[in-house]
Amino acid sequence: MLQVENLTVYYKTLRGYVRALERATFTVADGEIMGLAGESGCGKTTLGHSIIYLRPPMNYIEGRVVLDGQELPIWDMERMREFRYRHVSLIPQYAMNALNPTRKIGKMIAELLESREMNYDEILPELKRRLDLVQLSHDVLKMYPIELSGGMKQRTVMVVSTLLNPSLLIADEITSALDVSTQKAVCEMLVEFRDRGFVKSTIIITHDISILYQIADSILVMYAGQLSEKAPTETIFRDARHPYTQMLIGSLPKVGVRYQEERLRGIPGSPPQLLDPPPGCRFRDRCPVAFDRCVEVPPFLEISPGHFVACWRAY
Amino acid sequence: MLSLERVTKIYRLGAFGLKKLVAVRDVSFEIGEREIVSLIGESGSGKSTIGKLILRLIPLTSGTIRFEGMDISAMNSRCLKDYYRKVQGVFQDPFASFNPIFKADRIFRMVHDEFYPKMGAREWSEKVEGALRAVGLNPPDVLNKFPHQLSGGQLQRFLVARALLLDIRLLVADEIISMLDASTRVDVLNLLADLRARGLSILFITHDLSLGYYISDRAIILYRGRIAEMGPTERVYNRPLHPYTEMLMESVPRLDRKWEEEIRVEREGDAAISAVAGCVYAGRCPKAMDICTQQEPELREAETGHFVACWAK
Ligand SMILES: Nc1ncnc2c1ncn2[C@@H]1O[C@H](COP(=O)(O)OP(=O)(O)OP(=O)(O)O)[C@@H](O)[C@H]1O
Ligand SMILES: Nc1ncnc2c1ncn2[C@@H]1O[C@H](COP(=O)(O)OP(=O)(O)OP(=O)(O)O)[C@@H](O)[C@H]1O
Ligand code: SF4
Ligand SMILES: [Mg+2]
Ligand SMILES: [Mg+2]
Repeated sequence: MLQVENLTVYYKTLRGYVRALERATFTVADGEIMGLAGESGCGKTTLGHSIIYLRPPMNYIEGRVVLDGQELPIWDMERMREFRYRHVSLIPQYAMNALNPTRKIGKMIAELLESREMNYDEILPELKRRLDLVQLSHDVLKMYPIELSGGMKQRTVMVVSTLLNPSLLIADEITSALDVSTQKAVCEMLVEFRDRGFVKSTIIITHDISILYQIADSILVMYAGQLSEKAPTETIFRDARHPYTQMLIGSLPKVGVRYQEERLRGIPGSPPQLLDPPPGCRFRDRCPVAFDRCVEVPPFLEISPGHFVACWRAY
Repeated sequence: MLSLERVTKIYRLGAFGLKKLVAVRDVSFEIGEREIVSLIGESGSGKSTIGKLILRLIPLTSGTIRFEGMDISAMNSRCLKDYYRKVQGVFQDPFASFNPIFKADRIFRMVHDEFYPKMGAREWSEKVEGALRAVGLNPPDVLNKFPHQLSGGQLQRFLVARALLLDIRLLVADEIISMLDASTRVDVLNLLADLRARGLSILFITHDLSLGYYISDRAIILYRGRIAEMGPTERVYNRPLHPYTEMLMESVPRLDRKWEEEIRVEREGDAAISAVAGCVYAGRCPKAMDICTQQEPELREAETGHFVACWAK
C-alpha cells in the first residue's frame, strides 16, 4: 500500500519556486489501480517523479511517502536506487521513444539488470514467461526498438519495468500514442499484471479519461498543483463534487459528436501561474460557483467513504 | 491543394543499411482547400512518416507529392521557403522538437528572423502573445523558460502557436492533442475548426477516434503503411467497410459501456512490420480468405468518395 502524506515539491527557478505539488495526501491500496488526471501542467508528472526520481531542480519541501509500511527516502536520489524497479517502478512519459535505438532490447535489459546487480541469465526464464504472457515473441530480445510497433514497444517497456515485481508501478501517459485497439491491449495487460500480483498498486497518469473509466478502480484529479478530488471511478463519473472535475468530465467528446452540429465547450479561462499562485482555492478564477469563502484554501476532506474533495461547496 | 501520388518510404536499418523497413507504401490521397482530413492508424503505421514527407523533412523513396500543382521534391531553396510559409507542421513528441540548451521561445524568434525580419520588436511580441493566448497559454507563465521547465502539453501548444504566427494554408498536426487534457483538447480543436473557417486546411494525425470524428471532413485509416480505407468521416465511422476499421470502431473506449461487455478484440498481431505478399491485415483479420494471403488488395472506390482495400468487399 502506498501512503502519501502532505507531499510538497517545488521547482527551484531563478524567479522563485514553482509550486507544482502542494500538500498531496492520498493512499493507493494493494490491488488498486488509481488513475491520475488533470489539466496539462497541473503537476501529474511532478507527483509521479517525486515518489521515485526527485532530483534538482525539484526541491523536496515536506511530506512523507510510505510504501508497505516503510518510509521511502525520496529526498535522497542515491538511497532511492535500491527501491527503484524492486519496489517502485516508473514508466516515464515517452518511454517508448526513449528506448536506445542502437541497442537490442535483450542487451538493454541485461544492462539494466546488471546496474541493479542482478544476473540476466538467471532472470531470463521469468522474462520469457512474461513475454509469452503478453504475447510477444522471444525474438523481440534480438530486435532493435525501431523494428517494433508502438504497441509492442509499450508492452516491452511494461514487462521490463515490472520484471522485479515492484509494489508500486507509476505509468505516465503510456497509452497516449497508441490506437484504440492497442490501448486496450496495454490496459488489459495492466489489469492482468495486477491480478497476477506482479505489481500491487498502480498509478496511471493519462489524459484519456475514457480509458480510466474502463480500468481504474479510483481516480485522483489534480488542479494547479493541488489535489481536487479522489473517489471510486463510478463516483467521479456520476457524482463528482468538485466543479473542476465536473467540467472536465463534461468536456469529454463522445463518438458521434461533430463540431458542426454540437460545439463542445472547454473550461473558459486558464489556470493560475504556479510561480506565485493567488491565495485560496486555485480554481477560483474559473469556478462558476465560487463565493467569498473561496479566498481560503479548501482542505482535502473525506466527505463519504473513499471520496475526498477540496471545495467549499462540497462539504 | 496537396496531393500524394503513390508515395512510398523505405527506411534502411542496421549498421550497413542492409535491412529495409517499408514504413509507407503506395499511398495516394488529396487534401482540398479548407478541408480537415484525419489520418488514423496504430502506432508505427506510418502516420508521422507521411507528415514528415509532406514537410520534406525526410526524402521520398518513390512517388510524388504536389502542393498547388508543384512537385515539392523539385523545389529549390527559394521555393521551399515560400512553401514553409504556407505549410507547417507540429510534431508528436514535443520534447524532441526543442533544443534543451535554449529557451523554448527561441522557436518564435527563429520564425521572426526567417520570415518577418522587418517587423519591430513591440509588434512582434504582441503577435507572439496573441498566438500563445489563442492556444490557451498565459504568456508570462510560459515565456522565457527552458523546455524542461514546461510540461508536455505546454510545449505542444508552443508549437501550435508557432504555426499560427505564419499565414499558413496547410497545417500538418501530428498528435497535437494527445498530450492535452480533455478541456484543453476541446479548446485546441475548436481553434482548428475556426482556422479552417478562415481558409486553413489540416492534416489531423490522431489515434483518438472520437476526436477525429469531431473535427474532420474526411478520414483515412492507415494500416502498416497502407491505406485500408478512406472516405467522408461519417461514412467511415458509421458504415466502415474494412474489417480493421470495424474492429477499431468497436474498441473505442466509451463512457456508457465497459470493455468486458463487448466482443473481445484479439491482441495486436506479433509480426514485426515487414513486407508481405498479401493483404497486410490478413494475419489479424477474422474475414480472411485464401486470396488475402496471396495477393494484395488494391484501394478501390466502393461508393462515391469512399475507398477500401479489402478482398471481402
Ligand atoms: N524543471 C522545471 N522548472 C520549473 N517549472 C517546471 C519544471 N518542470 C515542470 N515545471 C512546471 O511545473 C508544472 C507541472 O508540470 P508537470 O510536468 O508535472 O505537469 P503535468 O501535469 O504532467 O502536465 P502534462 O499533462 O502536460 O504532462 C508546470 O506548470 C510546469 O511548467
Ligand atoms: N528514422 C527512422 N529510421 C528507421 N525506421 C523508422 C524511422 N522513423 C520511423 N521508422 C519506422 O517506420 C515505421 C512508421 O513510423 P511512424 O513514426 O511513421 O509511425 P506512426 O504511425 O507515426 O506511429 P506513432 O503512432 O507511434 O507515432 C515504424 O515501424 C517506425 O519504427
Ligand atoms: S472552493 Fe470555491 S472556488 Fe474552489 S472549486 Fe469550490 S466553489 Fe469553486
Ligand atoms: Mg506530464
Ligand atoms: Mg507518429
